This record gives sequence, C-alpha cells and structure tokens, in this order.
Amino acid sequence: MNEPQSFWTKYVWSQDHKVIAVQYSITAIVAGIVALVLSVLMRMQLGFPDSVPFMDSEAYYQAMTLHGMIMVIYLLTALFLGGFGNYMIPLMVGARDMVFPYLNMLSYWFYLLSVIVLMASFFVPGGPTGAGWTLYPPQAILTGTPGTDWGIITMLISLAIFIVAATMGGLNYVTTVLQARCRGMTLMRMPLTVWGIFVATIMALLAFPALFVSAVMMLFDKLLGTSFFMPAVVSMGQALDYDGGSPVLFQHLFWFFGHPEVYIVALPAFGIVSDLISVHARKNIFGFRMMVWAIVFIGVLSFVVWAHHMYVSGMNPYFGFFFAITTLVIAVPTAIKVYNWVLTLWRGDIHLTVPMLYAIAFISTFVIGGLTGLFLGNVIVDIPLSDTYFVVAHFHMVMGVSPILVIFGAIYHWYPKITGRMLNDTIGKTHFWITFIGTYAIYFPMHYLGILGMPRRYYAYENYEFIPQSAHDLNSFISAMAIVVAVAQVLYIYNLFWSYWKGKEAGPNPWGATSLEWQTPQTPPVHGNWGEKLPEVHRWAYDYSVPGYDEDFVPQTQPQPEDRPAGEMA
Amino acid sequence: MAHLLSEDSQLVKDWASDQDAFKGVSWGKAMMWIFLLSDTFIFSSFLVGYMTVRMSVTEPWPNASEVFALTIAGHHIPLILIAIMTFILITSSGTMAMAVNMGYARKRKQAARLMFVTALLGASFVGMQAFEWTKLIEEGVRPWGNPFGAAQFGSTFFMVTGFHGLHVSAGVIYLLIVARKIQLGHYEKEGNYQIVEIAGLYWHFVDLVWVFIFAFFYLW
Repeated sequence: MNEPQSFWTKYVWSQDHKVIAVQYSITAIVAGIVALVLSVLMRMQLGFPDSVPFMDSEAYYQAMTLHGMIMVIYLLTALFLGGFGNYMIPLMVGARDMVFPYLNMLSYWFYLLSVIVLMASFFVPGGPTGAGWTLYPPQAILTGTPGTDWGIITMLISLAIFIVAATMGGLNYVTTVLQARCRGMTLMRMPLTVWGIFVATIMALLAFPALFVSAVMMLFDKLLGTSFFMPAVVSMGQALDYDGGSPVLFQHLFWFFGHPEVYIVALPAFGIVSDLISVHARKNIFGFRMMVWAIVFIGVLSFVVWAHHMYVSGMNPYFGFFFAITTLVIAVPTAIKVYNWVLTLWRGDIHLTVPMLYAIAFISTFVIGGLTGLFLGNVIVDIPLSDTYFVVAHFHMVMGVSPILVIFGAIYHWYPKITGRMLNDTIGKTHFWITFIGTYAIYFPMHYLGILGMPRRYYAYENYEFIPQSAHDLNSFISAMAIVVAVAQVLYIYNLFWSYWKGKEAGPNPWGATSLEWQTPQTPPVHGNWGEKLPEVHRWAYDYSVPGYDEDFVPQTQPQPEDRPAGEMA
Repeated sequence: MAHLLSEDSQLVKDWASDQDAFKGVSWGKAMMWIFLLSDTFIFSSFLVGYMTVRMSVTEPWPNASEVFALTIAGHHIPLILIAIMTFILITSSGTMAMAVNMGYARKRKQAARLMFVTALLGASFVGMQAFEWTKLIEEGVRPWGNPFGAAQFGSTFFMVTGFHGLHVSAGVIYLLIVARKIQLGHYEKEGNYQIVEIAGLYWHFVDLVWVFIFAFFYLW
C-alpha cells in the first residue's frame, strides 16, 4: 500500500475509497441544497403567488425540472451509491479498497463534471430546460418550452456524463462485493447495507443504458434534425421538418430507466435502515434471509413495471393489466421488509438515539408512500388521480422524504467513524422533529388536494372554479411549512461543521455495532483500512443480545466458541 | 430448479462462499463481464429504438439490399461490402481466440503478433465502414433524410453503426496497447496472461453485437 503523502494526493486526486466517498457526498449535498432552494422558490409562488419577482411561468418550470432531476439523480443516486457505496462497501466486506481505485477516482471526477455541466445550464442563453424532469418529447425540444436552445443540450450532456461516472463506480462496487471480500465473509454474512447497495448498483448498470440511449437520440433530434421521438409537428402554424418518430418510444426508454431508478434509490435506503434498526434496537434483524431475497426480488421485479408511469400515455389495455399486476406484486416483498423492520423493533432494547428516530420515521413515511402507491398502481384508480397533487404527495413521501430521512440517520450513525467525533444530540433531535413533523405537514395535505383534482405542474391556480378557497389556504400552509423545513436544514449542516471540531470524541465503536467497519484498528480508518492483516469473519453481522456473552453485541471478527464449527451460523 | 436453489446445492454454496463468488476469476475479468452485460443493455436499447421507429414511420423503408449494393466490374452485387466486412470481423475473432491460447501457453511473441493481426483486421473493418458511410453520404443519405424513403433509415443507420464503429475503434486501440505491453514483457514477471483473454472478451462481444446489427439492418 503506497500511502499518499501530499495534500493533493491525499485529499484531491485521491484514490482512497473513503476520500472519494466524502468528495461524492459533499458534491451531492451541495447540489441537493441548490435543489432545495429551487423547491422553496416554487412553494413561494404556489403559496403566495407573485411574491418572488422573477418567478414567472418559465422560471417556475425551470425550477421544477432542475429540482426533480437534481434530487433524483445528482443527489440521491450519487449520495447512496457514490457516497455510502464507496465508504461502506470496502469497510463492510473487509477489503482494503475498491478493486480498481484509479477507475473509482475517475468516477468521482466525471460525476463532478456532470454536476458542473448541469449547473452551467443556469447561465446559458435561455436558461436551463423547463421540460419537467421526465423531459418528454416533443415538447422538450420545441419552442414554447423554456430552455430549448441550450438548456436541454446541457441537461442531456450532463446526464450522459453522469452515466459514464455511475458506470465506472458501479463496476467497481459490484466487482468488489463479488470478488474482494475477506476470509469468512460469505454473501449471506454481508450486512444488509451492502446488500442494498450491491443490488441497487447492478440495477443502475442495467437501467442507466436506456437513459443514455434516449439522451443520445434526443440530442440527435435536437442537433441533427433526426426524428427518433418526433412525429409530424405543426408549431406556430408551420409544419416542422420532423416526421414519423415515436414520442412514446422515449417514454418507454425513459421509464425503463426511471422505474428501476426509484429502487436504485430505495434499496440502499432499505439496507441501511435495516442496519440502523438492528443496531439501535440491540436485536438481530428479523428474517435476515428473507430481507436479502426481498431486496433481490424487488430489484428484479422493478424492471418489469415501468409502463405503470404511462397509463395515460395510451397503450394496449392488456399491457395496462400486465403492468398493474407486476406493480402490485412488488408490494409483497416490500411488505415483508416493513413487517420485518417492525418485528425487529418488537421487544427490542430500543435506544431512541437520533439515528433510530430517523429510522423509525422512515418506516412511517415509507408505509404512507407505499400505500398510496397501491392506489396509483391500479389503472382504474390511477387515471383520475394521475397528474394531480396526489401523485406529487405519493412520490415525495416514498422516494423523497423516506430516503432522505435514511440519509440523515445514516450520516448520524456513521459520522463518528468518518470523523472520530459524535454529532451533537440536541441539534440532531431538534432537526429531526422539525423535519419529520414538517414533512408530514407538507405532503399529507397534498393527498387531499390531489383527490380534489388539483393538477400538478401548474404555476398558478387562480381563477379555476373547481379549486375552492380552502385549497388556496392549504397551499399557503404547505408553503409556510416547506419554508420552515427548508430553513431547519441549516441546523443539520451546522451540526456537521460544529461537531467536526467541537463534537464529543467518539471512540472506535460508540454504538456497540458488530459489523466490520466498527472494528478497524484506527478511527477514522486510515489508508488501507486494516493495518497489517485483513480481518477474518466468523459470524453474521447481527449478533446482538446473544445469551452467554458479557456484552450485548458480538463483533463479526470474534471467533465462534470451539464447540461450534465456524461457518454454521448465518 | 428447486434443487438448484436449495441451500445444500453446490451452486448456492459456491456463490455464497467467502472471498470470491467466481473462483479463480481475476478482478479485471469479472469487471469486464459486468461491463459487457451493461453494454448489452445499451445496444439492446438502440436496437429496440430502431425497431420501434421502423414501425412508427409513415414513409416506406428503403430496400436494404438495393441501398447497400456495389457495382464491381460491371456487376451489380447486393450486400457485397457488408459480407466482406462481416467475414473480416468474424475472422478477427478467430485470430483473437488464437492469441488468447498463445498467451496462456506463454508464447508471448506469437500472442502479440496475433493481437496485431486482430487489430489490423479490426482497423480494416472500420476503414470499410468509413467507405460505406462516404458512399451513402455521396448518394444523399443524411441523418435527417435520404432519397430512398423514410428519414429514420439514415438516422438509425448512422447512429447504431457509428456507435458500434466507436466500439471497434476503441477495441483496436485497446488491443494495440495490450499487444505492445506483451511485446515489452510487461506480464512476464508474473507470468499471467489473462489480460489477453480480457481483451478478447471485449473483442468477441463487439463481434457478436455486429452479427445482430448485420441481421437487423441489412437482412431485414
């Protein structure tokens, strides 16, 4: 192991998975803050019309598009895979680093480039694209939609670069999990965090190609005048040169990526939250094998449900039948996971630490978001609800709030390992309660607005007879809450900085956790992670409150008693 | 099936065992396989896109055997160029396989030489593709339209063969680098010539993709 010496090789051009993970995380969080500000601007317009001077309809659509795209891809995907994946996989499976550190470093720099190109779109002529995060053609590249000059081009190029970055990282994560585990670390002894990230990464490698291809084809439609996605169009009274393309093809390609993407974000969250609950309830995760298989089945199933995003796009009714069935079938493994989380808590020695609070909050928001998913998965219920605020409420609960809560909890949980110091508890709890109650106050009322028929993607709701005054009042309330929650995030950021210098010394294993990352010889782990000798694993990651042991946890590295041959457990 | 997935089956035991799921497979080789799986999805998406627009177009699709015909010495021969290109690329897979064999036999001079031959065949494939593109462009085929029928004919043709051509070109460079390293004795110290096989995996994959492109574009 060649230890890097200078500042530049240690912190900037670093090939150490831990440094790359922190680089990924900081970049993703900065991008996420931009998206958060955009959402506040949107909520200002919706709750208090015309209160932000530059917020006209064009700016609104641009803010909406960039908010969605950044949150889903540049924040959540990058943070879970590039951030947590990078940090946790080698430490949790007992490797010294990713298998190809140089490629791993390139992955980060490509990701940074994609973020820079994306942010550049705020400054190009015409501004960023306002096509909605789904970028549906033909409107995405036709006059009338904001940002059709340069915005859409920078967006598509940025996505293509992101996919290259995600592929380079993803190949590393999958190969590391498959081929570089330490002695004794069987697949079924890996913590669920690694399982979630592992399966999500495989999905990313198979789903992003469809987005890449649709981005390339749309770029050609825009720049070369091809007609992949463009039918014959009459725009402003003039027939355009486009003819014979298929807009629905784009939707199929996009959602073939887009639906697995939901689970690319969700599966790492599932995995992480399982570990948080188990550690902080001092109990083994209930039904470990079932949890693993549920992750795998969800991953497989999510590739055959994509057209449930297209019930109103027009397709053969039998397809709708098929996709409704597959969509509802996903509820089975998902429900298994929820039951198992709850059963892990049941009669556990629950420590209401801050990570545990976030984990429990996640179960609550995820159940709400999951149940409304059952409504929307049925064609007949989806048709009246589609494109209303019910949908906005659903996906924000299930893939906005839920994974974000897990991220908060996970950072809180692993911050002591990453920095050697604890985060502040008082700030943490304050932030938790404001965020948890606040997000319910924001998204729960949206279900009512949606059932009332309030359409999404409108930038102003005045002068519609079917929208009563009470809905406007509710909108103002939601916006006020959104601002409170957004401002409260300052607490968390402040906590990250304050604790870095002033936080309580953490020691190597403050939560009393069994998995390998807590057994490193140094905290924070140094380059190469394990010192002279790689660890050896003798048991699964969930030996909590085992009878006959002095402590209520048994690290994975501790040998089994002699009378029990190693390898029998797990 | 139930037997294969039961906990006692050797398959499950091997897969779930510690350290590595694929015994004796190097990191690079495993990664190449996973990359190729991902790349398969890219080409599949391209081909599905091609098939879909071919169904959605309103104008008739040009007749491939007419468009891709050459007149050689007064004879009008359909698909002749593409037949030669396909033959060359498949031949290059043969020389590649021989190079892998030579590598494992640690006959590094022969291995390098065979890889250079493979790269040369690949380069000539790209050259002929450039010739074909030039001919079509001279006849007025453009990504946005062509004189023979539906505009998407040109769009999909240039996009998919172009993307495949980039893969072949990248492969040629990759082969040249590895072959040169072999010549210089770069792998002699460890005596491990698996790198030849890894490069070969990529090369065979690019070949296989071509067979599909050939079938879908020229024979359909």
